[in-house]
Amino acid sequence: MNPRIAKALINGLLIGGTFVALFPMLWMLSVSLMQPGEAGALPPPLLPAHATLHNYQELFVRAGMGRYLLNSLLVSTAITVLSLALNLMAGYAFAKLRFAGRDALFRAVVGMLAIPAQVAMLPLFLMLKPVGLVNNYGGVIVPAMASAFGIFLVRQYARSIPDELLEAARIDGAGELRIFVRIVLPLLKPIMVTLAIYTFLLAWNDFMWPLIVLTGQEHYTLPLGLASLAREHATDAELMMAGSMITVAPVLVLFLALQRYYLEGLLLGSVKG
Amino acid sequence: MSAQRSAWLFLAPAAIVLGVFFLLPVIGAFVLSLTDYDLYALADIHNLRFVALGNYWTLLHRPLFWSALGHTVYFVAVGVPLSMVISLCAALLLHSPLARCKPFFRTALFAPVVTTVVAVAVVWRYLFNTKYGLVNYALGWIGLHPVDWLGDPHWAMPAIILFAVWKNFGYNMIILLAGLQAIPAELYEAARIDGASTWRQFRHITLPMLAPTLWMVGILTVSGYFQLFAEPYVITEGGPLQSTVSVLYLMYNEGFKWWNLGSASAIAFLLFLIMFVVTACMLRLGRKEAEA
Repeated sequence: MNPRIAKALINGLLIGGTFVALFPMLWMLSVSLMQPGEAGALPPPLLPAHATLHNYQELFVRAGMGRYLLNSLLVSTAITVLSLALNLMAGYAFAKLRFAGRDALFRAVVGMLAIPAQVAMLPLFLMLKPVGLVNNYGGVIVPAMASAFGIFLVRQYARSIPDELLEAARIDGAGELRIFVRIVLPLLKPIMVTLAIYTFLLAWNDFMWPLIVLTGQEHYTLPLGLASLAREHATDAELMMAGSMITVAPVLVLFLALQRYYLEGLLLGSVKG
Repeated sequence: MSAQRSAWLFLAPAAIVLGVFFLLPVIGAFVLSLTDYDLYALADIHNLRFVALGNYWTLLHRPLFWSALGHTVYFVAVGVPLSMVISLCAALLLHSPLARCKPFFRTALFAPVVTTVVAVAVVWRYLFNTKYGLVNYALGWIGLHPVDWLGDPHWAMPAIILFAVWKNFGYNMIILLAGLQAIPAELYEAARIDGASTWRQFRHITLPMLAPTLWMVGILTVSGYFQLFAEPYVITEGGPLQSTVSVLYLMYNEGFKWWNLGSASAIAFLLFLIMFVVTACMLRLGRKEAEA
């Protein structure tokens, strides 16, 4: 094939694919700025005649979207911070500390990766009910405080830390905790950032478990609030697009700002160790 | 402090969380699936009875379970190959030396992956609208009749598949792109010297070299697609005529709408078993191919 035609074809297909990938999001933004009812015209308008923030105002003032936003921020941040701490410690222990049964235990962690989380959901609900964690932020946060995937990722990364470095510190009389905080954590910084973004996005976008365990509206996260609004306001396209924007915008911005770390983590996580 | 003890201290918090909030409930799910745990047992635990494999037996005779399984298998069988082909095409385009502005295209094509399923599902629900939706409008442009995407039982699942492919293809695209970049350039040079066409290079170098990555990506996608839930919950609410009720949707309704927790646990375990068998078979096939 003529290289110039090939070049045009390849770049043309990339532009077409990008258009399909981005169009729904651009349309969401555009419709969210339309007047109520404006999107329900024929032919469907692509841009608002007079852009307005009316829908956003409506969501925050009347539909309690501010509450959902704060709930999402609280739950996702708590999960990210806590699970990061626990996964880093456990991943480091699997990679660098010696103890009886280490390999068998690590195989068990890898085995957990194969079990879909939904299997655990029904008994977990029954377990959390008597201890008051149903319809409580804790019901979402506590079970997510450690993850087999996070431990696996940290362990793979921490294996590259040289043993001599740790031994030297031990000979100097440093305690294990001090070694972890002063020597190991700084070396694990790249994987910390990766795991933090990954965990935050997962927690933010999670739907099924919060839907089960958060039974009252006052605790709803954004996806739950949005799903329930979508059932009530099925015809208000403009309002729903504004709701979707509020839900998606924070994670899109976070991804765009830190995408290098996120994509690296994705590749690291997919390589079986 | 002994090395053993400090290792366990590092491990303990995560081990306790995973043990108490994951392993224990998984075992609990199996025990629960052998009982008739329902609303009466929820009120008073003395109403609980052991039914052995009774829940499984009943499920296998319930048309609703089979139709939910059928919908899920349809979603996996059509959705996974479609996702894989599109991911591979996108990765090949991005890998081509002729492509321009690669970082921009890569980010843009990946963007749907990081979005919230519920939010973009709401968006697509409007895009699929029969009268005002832009999908039908675009079809009209190329001279096709409008489709009643979300109102016709035959079209609702294809609509959900299209949505899932749009949402997910970027993930595998990134992994396959890394796989393509790991293929040594000398192989292609040697093939070019031998006068092999682009298609033959793809068929005899790219595909075999990429096979392990393709199998891995395929297995991960299959197990992800079996867990179909949020998409039908938001886009179609299981309808029309229950044509998009997936196995997990059925489990959710059975467990948290009708409070038949015993039977719902049996559904969860059957899905797990099916996923396990399918992915184990794929793993073996992949290994066999690698040896051959």
